[in-house]
Amino acid sequence: MSSEVADNEVADNNRRRFLTAATVVVGAVGTVAVAVPFVKSWNPSARARSAGAPVEADISKLEPGQQITFKWQGKPVWVVRRDTNALATLGKVEKYLRDAGSNESIQPEYTRNEHRSIKSEYLVIVGICTHLGCSPSYRPNMITADFMGGFFCPCHGSKFDFAGRVYTGVPAPTNLTVPPHYYINDGLILIGEDGVA
Amino acid sequence: MSDKSSNNGLMGWIDARFPLTKMWEEHLSKYYAPKNFNFWYFFGSLALLVLVIQIVTGLFLTMHYKPDGEMAFTSVEYIMRDVDWGWLIRYLHSTGSSAFFIVVYLHMFRGVMYGSYQKPRELIWLFGMFIYLALMAEAFMGYLLPWGQMSYWGAQVIISLFGAIPVIGDDLTLWIRGDFVISDATLNRFFALHVVAVPLVLIMLVVMHIIALHEVGSNNPEGIEIKKHKDENGIPLDGIPFHPYYSVKDIVGVVVFLILFSVVVFFMPEMGGYFLEHANFIPANQFQTPEHIAPVWYFTPYYAILRAVPDKLIGVILMFAAIFMLFLLPWIDRGKVHSIRYRSSAFKWLLVMFVVSFIGLGYLGALPLSDNRTFFARVYSIGYFGFFVGLWWISKNEKTKPVPERIQ
Repeated sequence: MSSEVADNEVADNNRRRFLTAATVVVGAVGTVAVAVPFVKSWNPSARARSAGAPVEADISKLEPGQQITFKWQGKPVWVVRRDTNALATLGKVEKYLRDAGSNESIQPEYTRNEHRSIKSEYLVIVGICTHLGCSPSYRPNMITADFMGGFFCPCHGSKFDFAGRVYTGVPAPTNLTVPPHYYINDGLILIGEDGVA
Repeated sequence: MSDKSSNNGLMGWIDARFPLTKMWEEHLSKYYAPKNFNFWYFFGSLALLVLVIQIVTGLFLTMHYKPDGEMAFTSVEYIMRDVDWGWLIRYLHSTGSSAFFIVVYLHMFRGVMYGSYQKPRELIWLFGMFIYLALMAEAFMGYLLPWGQMSYWGAQVIISLFGAIPVIGDDLTLWIRGDFVISDATLNRFFALHVVAVPLVLIMLVVMHIIALHEVGSNNPEGIEIKKHKDENGIPLDGIPFHPYYSVKDIVGVVVFLILFSVVVFFMPEMGGYFLEHANFIPANQFQTPEHIAPVWYFTPYYAILRAVPDKLIGVILMFAAIFMLFLLPWIDRGKVHSIRYRSSAFKWLLVMFVVSFIGLGYLGALPLSDNRTFFARVYSIGYFGFFVGLWWISKNEKTKPVPERIQ
């Protein structure tokens, strides 16, 4: 019976084209929709996100010049108690820095100052190089003609001063990141949360 | 395979249902390859052999390996010490990955030398380049699995490359890792990609590469199209059937290759830290970057380009551009003559410059940074890109030698 109809009628090509296009579009939308759960399954899981909760950092036993590492979101976070020499270099090195004013870098607004910290003595900073994610090392005594001590990344030679500010002429584009944090009391910092102002 | 078999008997029964004889003839017994292949033509079939070695050894490694941040490193040690012959299977696999790149680099160099990418073989070259890309992804993800220090920090650096992409970079790296740092989640998904997804893609691409090759026919060291001169049966006068002529010849190549391969597997599986890096015998530690971090040797040329540039985004762009230039080779080279034998001396010098730059970059990329080395890495980087610019420039009106009509 259907063949009779086909023989007698002229094919409506516009209609066919419309139906083909509509099928393709609906199929494509469906494919994209089905892809969403698979793509999203690659996001950090609920467990990984909860492991990113704030951590308490006890700094009461930190002596001047020392550095201590805490783990937050799986990343190393350093607390460095800068001595007077280290603090004195911050003003001197500015002309060698790419972003001395921390305008391009990531830090909470309350640490966007010349020492990049809440208290000038204590630097709290994420110990991951902004170039390609290596962990720089703390080199307070590495002093050369164009470097006055701070942090040095062994992977690609990026240099940072005692405030985690990047030098010019190295691959890292911005200063080390300062995580949100606040002082619970003089010897205890909570890393990962902004304080109530 | 006699002609009768396609009509009766078991072969006849099969051929009526599946084109077995037809495929055998098309790709082996009646695939006519130029009669003048030299040793450079071993590397295609050797690449296929290494692919088989990797799939078989990889399959058996998955039977003992644990893709788990807590257990991965110890499970590899367990394979090395406690599993019967586990050390051999693992060394075959780790040596196989380096052998794969050696063979593929030589295979690609052959293609450049004899103009095998030129018209009408552009698609063969493109499929081949996609194979190379898939191979790099496969090697990179496989290298994370032993979960040593170099696995961990190498992956950290490479994944961070995507962070250089403006706007979406940071979210993209988070999505690839599945965590705020490289972690168990990353290891697990890389394992899945390494053992299932990428091998499937690789095999599919290899099939496409070979089908495209057998459609247009092989190039040869003279760069002469053998299809231009055929006998009355349509068989190229300068062609010989792949089987038995080249299948037997390739066995010679296989034997030599396996001797060299075995020497490495049994006597120097670490190859002085180039095939298996020393830092990878220390378990991954997310708080301590090794003093010196370098990728495995087959990535070092690109890594050297990345390090030579004092700007993150431009460095990443140039590194990817270095690979992308190879994709464009069939269109960059505007020459009509295929083989280096009949090309200008300008071409030969450009090729020398390219090889020196590539090896120089590879050498520097494995070493720690110093000012001198950065200087040379920049010179070699210019040499690397200079090859493509120069080739485009000279190939328009190249002074070539006359190409013979037939293979002598």
